[in-house]
Amino acid sequence: MEKLTQQIRETAKKLLAEKKVDLVVGFAQGSLPLRSTPYFARTPEQAENLIWSSTCENNLANYLRKRGEKVAVIAKGCDVRAIVGLIKEGQIVKENLYIIGVPCAGMIDRKQINAAVEGKEILAASDNGSEILLKGKDFEKTVAKQDVMFGSCKTCQYNNPVIFDELLGEKVAAREANYADIEAFEALSDEERRAFIAKEMSKCIRCYACRQACPMCYCSECFVDCNTPAWIGKSAKSIDDNALFQAVRVFHLAGRCVDCGACERACPMGIKLSLLTRKMVKDVKELFGAEAGVNLEDPPALNTFKFEDKEDFLL
Amino acid sequence: MIINKNEIANILTKLAEEYLVIAPVQKDGIVQFSAIKNGAEACLTFANTKKPGKEILFPQSEELYSYTIDTEGVRMQANVDQKETIVFGMRPCDVKSLVLLDNVFKNDQYQDVYYLTRRANTLIVGLGCNEPAATCFCSNMACGPFAKEGSDIFLTDIGEAYVAEGISEKGQALLAKLGLGSATAEQKALANQLQAETKADGGVNIAGIAEKLGGMFEHPFWDSLHEKCLGCAACTYLCPTCHCFDIADEATDCNGCRVRNWDACMFPLFTLHGSGHNPRPNGKARWRQRLMHKFNYFVDRYNATACVGCGRCIKNCPVNLDIRQALADIRALD
Repeated sequence: MEKLTQQIRETAKKLLAEKKVDLVVGFAQGSLPLRSTPYFARTPEQAENLIWSSTCENNLANYLRKRGEKVAVIAKGCDVRAIVGLIKEGQIVKENLYIIGVPCAGMIDRKQINAAVEGKEILAASDNGSEILLKGKDFEKTVAKQDVMFGSCKTCQYNNPVIFDELLGEKVAAREANYADIEAFEALSDEERRAFIAKEMSKCIRCYACRQACPMCYCSECFVDCNTPAWIGKSAKSIDDNALFQAVRVFHLAGRCVDCGACERACPMGIKLSLLTRKMVKDVKELFGAEAGVNLEDPPALNTFKFEDKEDFLL
Repeated sequence: MIINKNEIANILTKLAEEYLVIAPVQKDGIVQFSAIKNGAEACLTFANTKKPGKEILFPQSEELYSYTIDTEGVRMQANVDQKETIVFGMRPCDVKSLVLLDNVFKNDQYQDVYYLTRRANTLIVGLGCNEPAATCFCSNMACGPFAKEGSDIFLTDIGEAYVAEGISEKGQALLAKLGLGSATAEQKALANQLQAETKADGGVNIAGIAEKLGGMFEHPFWDSLHEKCLGCAACTYLCPTCHCFDIADEATDCNGCRVRNWDACMFPLFTLHGSGHNPRPNGKARWRQRLMHKFNYFVDRYNATACVGCGRCIKNCPVNLDIRQALADIRALD
């Protein structure tokens, strides 16, 4: 990680000094243990603040849409998948973007780590490569990174960026596709599924952190914000409206979701949002053999029609 | 007075027979204020609730009135909540936030019947914080882990028991009714020591910030502050003092209601005019609004800062945009 941080700084400094780009979007050290924060370096000096760690969890593709200047981005596998999707959707001009690809062994999930220390406050954390040492007021605990990784990272098959202008660090082994969580959900009865979704949606406070954190959610006016007509109730106490919001959000990502898990990470209420997005990722893959953002050539799944496309789900 | 911890559940259960009792309850790893019937449901060992205490008096979504239209005309029904309520175990930062919100809902121009009716019928039992979190900075914000302002009864955790102090008249009356024993001199001394020594100092210094912000509307500082902000409402919805709201009609056929929902300055819809013009059209203007409202406009209007240092916005921001840093950066500006 230290070495990668150095490489990132050197690369960013060079790009900025040579004026190949106006801006490098990456991560800086955050203000809390186990946190990094998106960072915008515009000078070689500012590039010294860039870091790389297992806490670089945000999807930086979010900051790349419709930019006028030349931008470089420090991008892990899922960021690059989103970038590819956004290039295809005309949101990013590929020629104006310099991708500094970083193979990603997975990011760690603070929620799981907090559960591992039973909610006690973590005051310091250090990373030795495979383990995280956590320190609090009267405890110390070591957790294996593998055990506390985000669900989306545990099953990520594209942890090596699929396109890049420059790749830093060593490639890492891709993981196996694993939809055991979705299969378990599919195996539930209708009633059980309904109850589960109602329980999750009852937590929703409609802060729209999921929508805002999603690199692929960029409608200039979201349907939930529309007043004339009001497609959906604005109050958070209606579980049905909360579920409707999520259902439409997820359907709008059909064939576009890159399974980065940014929505679930951003949710302050801990709603298991990836269950919905991953169900659709799995369906799109099974029904149409399509995956979003894995290369620049494939047309987006919903932009194509073939006579042999499955349509038995149509009424 | 003294309340042994093993008596708490029984006391709350008994109170719940007479009052609506709202206490922190842990569910799925999240602690939230919730109405309880059984005192054992209350969780008093929490750092702070996920959602702030403001939701008790100023719910996220509130039906102000409902209406039906039939052949005889329109029937309207106001929904003013008049339940006698006890909130048991609210942290001092959240209690202080209600004192600040009182300014908004009760002033010379406007008196909000919904908020004020609830306020008048609610008794607040504050609970001091023996172990403030690293994100807490209430001691810097005219509050503190044992600040009693706004509490009717105040509890100090001394280990096996709580020392309970009646702060307001109605708090004293309730304590008298509970028939509790008196705290010993030793217990009182222990409580006093905790109150005097516990601090939540996040190093935030807001001296002079209001005046400085007053001259900063056009400052280039605002050009970059918002840059990493995603524009969600995690910070404002989970903030105990943010109080902007929006009013919407929700109707189906002949039945409808007027609902007041929390609004957030981070949203593109915030202050969007009917004409399509928005005086705060981008992240820059929205973040300026957020900081100005808390640290300048509110100070101008009510002579208090609209931040209690609870740290929720710091803990819950998806991109770690830390308000403490923003304030330090403002201080450091020439």
